[in-house]
Amino acid sequence: MTTRESDREPQGDASDSSWTMWARRWVLKHLPPEKLLPDGQPSYVASWIYVFGMGAIASLIYVVASGLVLSLNGPAWYHVSSLGRFVNSSHLWSVELFFMTMVVHLWGKYWMAAWRGGRVLTWITGVISFAVSIVAAFTGYLLQTNFDSQWIAFQAKDALNAVGIGAWFNVANLGQVFMWHIVLLPLAVAAIVALHVLLVRMHGVVPPLEVAASDAQLRADSPAGTDTTIGGGAR
Amino acid sequence: MFSTVLLPLSEIGGGIYLGWGRFLIQFGNLIVIVVMLALFALALVLPFPGTKRPK
Repeated sequence: MTTRESDREPQGDASDSSWTMWARRWVLKHLPPEKLLPDGQPSYVASWIYVFGMGAIASLIYVVASGLVLSLNGPAWYHVSSLGRFVNSSHLWSVELFFMTMVVHLWGKYWMAAWRGGRVLTWITGVISFAVSIVAAFTGYLLQTNFDSQWIAFQAKDALNAVGIGAWFNVANLGQVFMWHIVLLPLAVAAIVALHVLLVRMHGVVPPLEVAASDAQLRADSPAGTDTTIGGGAR
Repeated sequence: MFSTVLLPLSEIGGGIYLGWGRFLIQFGNLIVIVVMLALFALALVLPFPGTKRPK
């Protein structure tokens, strides 16, 4: 079987209709490199209230990293040895920090109506990541394997059975809860948080209410002299 | 024998609870809420380093 020379040449129309070309065009249109990895931010971002989202991500990175160490060494290590108990405790406290920074981030975004300017999906993914994180933390408390976790599981089973999901999410099944906690829920949290961050990059950081008029990130043809960026970045 | 049983039982206390009327909260949870409120308030009023307040 031979191949003609013309078959090897790029077909303009055919490549335009391929899903890879469609995906490339979509990504470059909605998330060009200068938005994905910007070299500057609007001046209003220079406020402590804009720090807590990044604080939550930093906490989440430590939660995942310490969780990986715990999963590799196992309960016989983190329930008995000094270092294991320390890492186990730091895993808990980083979760506390994660939720505290996430809640302050939520308050800040709520009071500046962060869903403005086409950012509804950014807000919704934030709410979903908060909800999934609560379930992930809940399974973590079940894995303490002490009287506390036994009490929590005993109380929770009634609520989960009442809403009809007890057969699939069985808090009395320690092995199942373990898999939820170290595989499924971390993947879900990571995926939703990644989508949330990408949406922030696509639509830009929401401006405070009083400077909404200077939200140049959504206006490609912002008039000259209204550049409110810091860091000297071209947008 | 009793000491080995009583030791873990003594460690499962529910902590300190504070109550006002029908309102009841564990002391640890109250601390977390107060810290979050303080962080939120400080974030609004403290100047961010390296920036000048706009006129």
